[in-house]
Amino acid sequence: MAGLATVFGSGAMTNSIEEIEHADVILITGTNTTENHPIIAQGIKRAVERGTTRLIVVDPRRIDLVDQANYWLRQRPGTDVAWINGLMHWIIKNDLHDKDYIAQRCEGFDELAAEVEKYTPEYVEGITGIPAKDLKAAAEVIGRADRTTFLYAMGITQHTTGTNNVKSMANLAMITGNVGRYATGVNPLRGQNNVQGACDLGALPNVFPGYQPVSDPKALKKFREVWDTESLSDKPGITMTQMIPGIGEGKIKGMFIMGENPVLSDPNASHVEEALEKIDFLVVQDIFLSETAQLADVVLPAASWAEKDGTFTNSERRVQRVRAAIDPVGGSFADWRIIQRIAQLMGANINFSTPEQIFNEIRRTTPSYAGINYGRIEREGGIQWPCPDIDHPGTPYLHKDGFKRGKGLLTAIAYKPPVELPDKDYPLLLTTGRMQFHYHTGTMTRRCKSLSTLASGPALDINPEDAATFGLLEGDSVRLSSRRGSIEIKVHITKSVDRGVVFSTFHFSEAPINRLTNDALDPIAKIPEYKVCAVHVQKI
Amino acid sequence: MEKESTIKKEINLVIDGHTVTVPDGSTILEAARQAGIRVPTLCLHPALSPIGACRICVVEIDGIDRPTTACDTDVLEGMKVTTRSERLFNLRREVIKMILAHHPLNCAPCPKNGDCELQDLAYEYDLAATDFNEYRIETEQFPWKPFSTPILDYHPQRCILCGRCVKVCTEIRGLGAITMEGSGAKAMIHPVMADEEATSRCISCGECMRVCPVNAIVETMGGVRGKPWETKKVLTTCAYCGVGCQLDLNVVNNRVVGITTRDGIGVNKGRLCSKGRFGYTFIHSEDRLTKPLIRNREGKLEETTWTFALTHVAREFKRIKKEHGSDSLAGLSSARCTNEENYLFQRLIRQVFGTNNVDHCARL
Ligand code: SF4
Ligand code: SF4
Ligand code: FES
Repeated sequence: MAGLATVFGSGAMTNSIEEIEHADVILITGTNTTENHPIIAQGIKRAVERGTTRLIVVDPRRIDLVDQANYWLRQRPGTDVAWINGLMHWIIKNDLHDKDYIAQRCEGFDELAAEVEKYTPEYVEGITGIPAKDLKAAAEVIGRADRTTFLYAMGITQHTTGTNNVKSMANLAMITGNVGRYATGVNPLRGQNNVQGACDLGALPNVFPGYQPVSDPKALKKFREVWDTESLSDKPGITMTQMIPGIGEGKIKGMFIMGENPVLSDPNASHVEEALEKIDFLVVQDIFLSETAQLADVVLPAASWAEKDGTFTNSERRVQRVRAAIDPVGGSFADWRIIQRIAQLMGANINFSTPEQIFNEIRRTTPSYAGINYGRIEREGGIQWPCPDIDHPGTPYLHKDGFKRGKGLLTAIAYKPPVELPDKDYPLLLTTGRMQFHYHTGTMTRRCKSLSTLASGPALDINPEDAATFGLLEGDSVRLSSRRGSIEIKVHITKSVDRGVVFSTFHFSEAPINRLTNDALDPIAKIPEYKVCAVHVQKI
Repeated sequence: MEKESTIKKEINLVIDGHTVTVPDGSTILEAARQAGIRVPTLCLHPALSPIGACRICVVEIDGIDRPTTACDTDVLEGMKVTTRSERLFNLRREVIKMILAHHPLNCAPCPKNGDCELQDLAYEYDLAATDFNEYRIETEQFPWKPFSTPILDYHPQRCILCGRCVKVCTEIRGLGAITMEGSGAKAMIHPVMADEEATSRCISCGECMRVCPVNAIVETMGGVRGKPWETKKVLTTCAYCGVGCQLDLNVVNNRVVGITTRDGIGVNKGRLCSKGRFGYTFIHSEDRLTKPLIRNREGKLEETTWTFALTHVAREFKRIKKEHGSDSLAGLSSARCTNEENYLFQRLIRQVFGTNNVDHCARL
């Protein structure tokens, strides 16, 4: 979440899940919450039903929460900066921004105000398709409310402008005084259970655990000492989306992939497959023989989450326990044991005998985790970082007394259209996402009988009018093509998608939708543009 | 937390001779509990607002002839309440008798056996199967009907019509996917069909199954469960999304046989979604990898030993590092693995491989 990190100095949810339903206004965008985070959606519904909270949904799809929403702004995919700037324009124009807050806690307001000057509701309507009167109404609701919380997910970040989308959202939250207080904030809802933890613990090319830059001499010194080694590089590494072309260019020769299935999950998946076939040496560690594992030179069987001890950190920065309920199935081993063994065989002196010992090393190297230990989690049920010392209660919401980087940075951001828009040859806009009953590339959920009954195969959602234009009936098979590849898929006709837009998920290997998507990258976060690419359909 | 600061009025009442002071708006049941007096309940569930259907919680109020249900009646100033009397005992006993006259007392094969509120009440009120023969009720025959979702099965014979399932679905979903239909012995729980596209509103969350006291709603594809006393419950964090719900893996003989939750525990407070509740059978899937695999001369993956596989892995990574430099190696860690594993993984890549080429799929 590079956008949030640049603005606030941290990329996590600023507030807690429990707080969401206590907001006066909830703005939610880029996430079908009912499908992806049902527990959060239930809280939102309760709040709306109690009549204490107003709900604004901004989404091109008629997602389930639209039924509860007071306002539904249906933007054209890829136009997020425009509508957010439009909201700010109307808020500032009507003098509804929080001037005290801005003066005390933010910098860059004048530049921001100058930038959004031209985003009149009418101008924004032209770009986004959102009627000017709806945009005005929503802006006034946010401007007048005491507490607004902003929720978003990958629908916002998976664009070439993803970082800017997030920064824009942060702008809007700050100028309305909605950061650093209870039941407000900028809150990314994360799709995978431990994305937060993976980031916190340094599974990122530019930072050590605790977001300490690898280029910072102090951090380098600390890790050299704790790990008792001289061989740490201060040169930032490359991201996953750079690794794949790196293989083609002969720069990456050997790769270790643990518990991921990029052949299905990566944009432009056919490139990934080609590259991984070509690489000198590939090791994949997983619980199933995933599409990626099938390409490996060595496959290592790992234990599932039911078979190991450890911790996960959820979206709201809460560190919670994972507890082994059964022995590792078959001849598998917990991932940490396998990693440690490889390290030892390569000559390193790493000797942990339990995950708790690893956690205790994390406490020494990662300041925000320093006050957390297994005993406390056992007693308190879960602790939210930052928790700098053992007496610290943990932090339900961030930035209460100011931003980590000093003042909150307001950044003027101009709207840029998506890299690839529909045209004569590829007239439809494909967007991708998740669905309620499956998880990521489906390696786990598709093997659960109950869940696969509910949604057994892939489908392409298409609006009835478009279906008529292309002569399609429910269940027809089509060839869906983009400039990068094509797949066969069945169509599902539904009004949940707007005209000109088609939708599918990436859970199914028989319809690997990421063969079509665009690997043009956001220049900062290096997130591929999954959400938007131009396609055409043809009946077969 | 910042809640309304209006101080609520206090109410004084007498329960079984004890004076109790509670905030205005409390129920008689809450007041009794505060005074340490137990009133039996059945349809009431800690996660739900009172339903008032079963009438097991009846109490007597001075000046009111009819016994009143304690779970859904608010206290009033000066109220005098009696929770124990022969009349109340008999009334409660009748309520349970009526339920048991319909509900098959077939406890031996029931997975609830030993952890069942109805069984406990039958025991407390000293009821045996012979006690309700006097009613000579013919057991109603219910033809099988689909429930609101194919992954749940509903057994009308077992259902005691407490209404918890309907309540939980309404309170959680806003619009209920199920409702009670028919009356008397023919009453049953029925899916509500949504108007549009004729699909049910049900999201297959399984909350109705969670709150059902009697095993009337069960996982269609669930295998045999263990008896409560042979089931180990291990509290852990859900493996699916970033909400991090707390749940119990139910373990029998070293196999995960189901998932339950604890009321009020975790961000989810005992609730779960379909993935969390039903997404566990992959653990014992036939497809689980159980041995390391290595690519042979014909280019096929074949089984090998851990020692051989790991020695080969270490040797190859060392060779590549030596021949092409540290930065020719890269690692992809996982948002599905634990914090400890992510930490150790990046330590392997940074310290042992000697490169910062480490990432995971968070960008996705
Ligand atoms: S599974 Fe959930 S949505 Fe469906 S009927 Fe039960 S409680 Fe309602
Ligand atoms: S199915 Fe269970 S929860 Fe629902 S009314 Fe019957 S006994 Fe009660
Ligand atoms: S518990 Fe009060 S009516 Fe059922």
